[in-house]
Amino acid sequence: MVGSTAPRVSATVLLAKSVLQRVLDNLHEGGFQLIGPTVRDGAVILDAIRNISELPIGWSLEQKAGSSRLLRTHATDYFGCTVGPHSWKRYLFPPHLDLLIAHRNGEGWTFEPPLDDSPPLAFIGVRSCDLHAIAIQDDVFVNGAVRDPHYARRRERAFILVANCNTAATTCFCTSMKTGPRAPSGFDLALTELPESFVLEIGSEAGSNALAGVDWQPASAFDQGRVAQIMQRTERQIQRQATTSDLPQLLYDRIDHPYWEAIAARCLSCGNCTLVCPTCFCSTVEEHSDLTGASTRRTRVWDSCFILDFSHVHSGNSRPTIKSRYRQWMTHKLAAWIDQFGRSGCVGCGRCIAWCPVGIDITEELSALRSLGAR
Amino acid sequence: MSQTAMLEPAIIADPMLPSPAVVRAIRPETYGISTFSLEYLDPAAPAGFAPGQFNMIHLPGLGEVAISICSDPNTPKVMEHTVRYAGSVTRAIGRLKVDDTVGLRGPYGNPWPMQLAEGKDLMIVSGGIGLAPLRPVILEVIHRRSSFGRVLILYGGRTPQDLLYTSEFERWQDSGIEINVSVDRADETWKGQVGVIPMAFYRIRLDHRNTLVFSCGPEIMMRFVIYEAMARRIPKDAIYVSMERNMKCAIGLCGHCQVGPVFICKQGPVFRFSEIEAFFGREEF
Repeated sequence: MVGSTAPRVSATVLLAKSVLQRVLDNLHEGGFQLIGPTVRDGAVILDAIRNISELPIGWSLEQKAGSSRLLRTHATDYFGCTVGPHSWKRYLFPPHLDLLIAHRNGEGWTFEPPLDDSPPLAFIGVRSCDLHAIAIQDDVFVNGAVRDPHYARRRERAFILVANCNTAATTCFCTSMKTGPRAPSGFDLALTELPESFVLEIGSEAGSNALAGVDWQPASAFDQGRVAQIMQRTERQIQRQATTSDLPQLLYDRIDHPYWEAIAARCLSCGNCTLVCPTCFCSTVEEHSDLTGASTRRTRVWDSCFILDFSHVHSGNSRPTIKSRYRQWMTHKLAAWIDQFGRSGCVGCGRCIAWCPVGIDITEELSALRSLGAR
Repeated sequence: MSQTAMLEPAIIADPMLPSPAVVRAIRPETYGISTFSLEYLDPAAPAGFAPGQFNMIHLPGLGEVAISICSDPNTPKVMEHTVRYAGSVTRAIGRLKVDDTVGLRGPYGNPWPMQLAEGKDLMIVSGGIGLAPLRPVILEVIHRRSSFGRVLILYGGRTPQDLLYTSEFERWQDSGIEINVSVDRADETWKGQVGVIPMAFYRIRLDHRNTLVFSCGPEIMMRFVIYEAMARRIPKDAIYVSMERNMKCAIGLCGHCQVGPVFICKQGPVFRFSEIEAFFGREEF
């Protein structure tokens, strides 16, 4: 049963760890640019990779409110690090994107759409929380009345290799948001890392093709049992919880609560939480003119509801205080999102907790607001 | 998607891509406010808008602004936009000359419910430049005057100089529309009413069972308009307001115009008051 033929869709197979390189090679030869977690400048980030040796082997992440530290370990896991500050949204919804170029022609202007020559991307090591975040951004960008064609093109061409979590950070709360630690579907391939091998679920035809010429054997019931055991262990590691059954009304009932002032006294309104959030989708536009004024590029860039200018209108600012901006972010993420898109905008990845410079914890603030009662 | 299609570069037709439009006329309204008539350069460009919708006007190198269409929906080829010079883009619009080109896209947004107003009394309550998105309603009413019952405009400005479209009031009145104008602060030339616009409710009688209210103006004004209308037993379902927030995309993607669960560009700018009651007028929300 050794792999000259690729496994069928929905099969579960066992791979030797080193064989993962062949899978990456296949994707590379298929024209994909590979993006995966890698260690840079003391953090685990997402970037172009080509070799499995670039994955964060021998590192683990210690995260708590306001802190994220890489630690050296003796483990040889390829996917032992939980999520860093980057999420896949920076590839599907890039921080900077040209929307159009305006050319002056005599007295007037012509508007030209940009050429997208970016290669299709293969995401290596997507966590279940982040896979759910992609689905949430799909609701925003492609499942609504107006499709964002830039997002749609990137998304349609993306290959997704999930890494089910065999460890959790103290900031994780995916079990509360029902987004992990195991990805149920929506991937091309999903691996679970065992000490000496990978158990790989084939989620799509493209996933099956990526295993062409790769040595594999069917995963035994024993192997699948080990996967289930690892998932249970990860679930038990997750200590942080968020109660969601009373949302969205819980927050709507507390719009005028004085407790928002208490959060605002700590919040710096820096916008870090929105930048690291894998679902935050707000953007603004910038104009970049050349010196002669003959052409202008119009660029879409990430924006944040924490930025004062975000809510500026001619008659003033509709959210002039940090209190109002934090309330907007949290109320949108946990409450209004449910009305808008039918599910929460939070996946429980914990990034906003770890990367908040003052350690504001959305799960704690939610419980605090709950315990204080409606206002 | 096939493998080769995946690898091909593609030109992406962005929904935010404007089309060139020419300034056909500029009509000064009052100090710092003018009306710009814009027409798409491409004669095949789709024409047509409903009262209350807005366009995005793009000045390359400066930016883009959302401006209500304020002209007659029955002549949609040339669309008028009343602009107050408030920020960097609108001030640059103020420097445009006839025959200049801008980028234009639209129309966007949910319009005033004209069909619901048919056969009913219609009360248009507006302040300052808030009359602009209601002018298409008035012009549409004039086209089909007999389809509507009593039509009454309550219009207010800070000073007599802030009132818009005053040269048209006579024509509107001749078409059987009542106009009740007041200013917050009068000068020696002013012979009309003085007081904020919600106070005008005290000078009129209305049939609360058969009246629709369309209101646009500063949010604080609309709050009191809603209060006065409801005090006269006009139901929440019969009150419509047009809202304003910062907008970058106008298509529900940029996130700027959210108020609670709604996107002003997508579900608004015109809302039935009962739809947004829970969030309307909440401080800094």
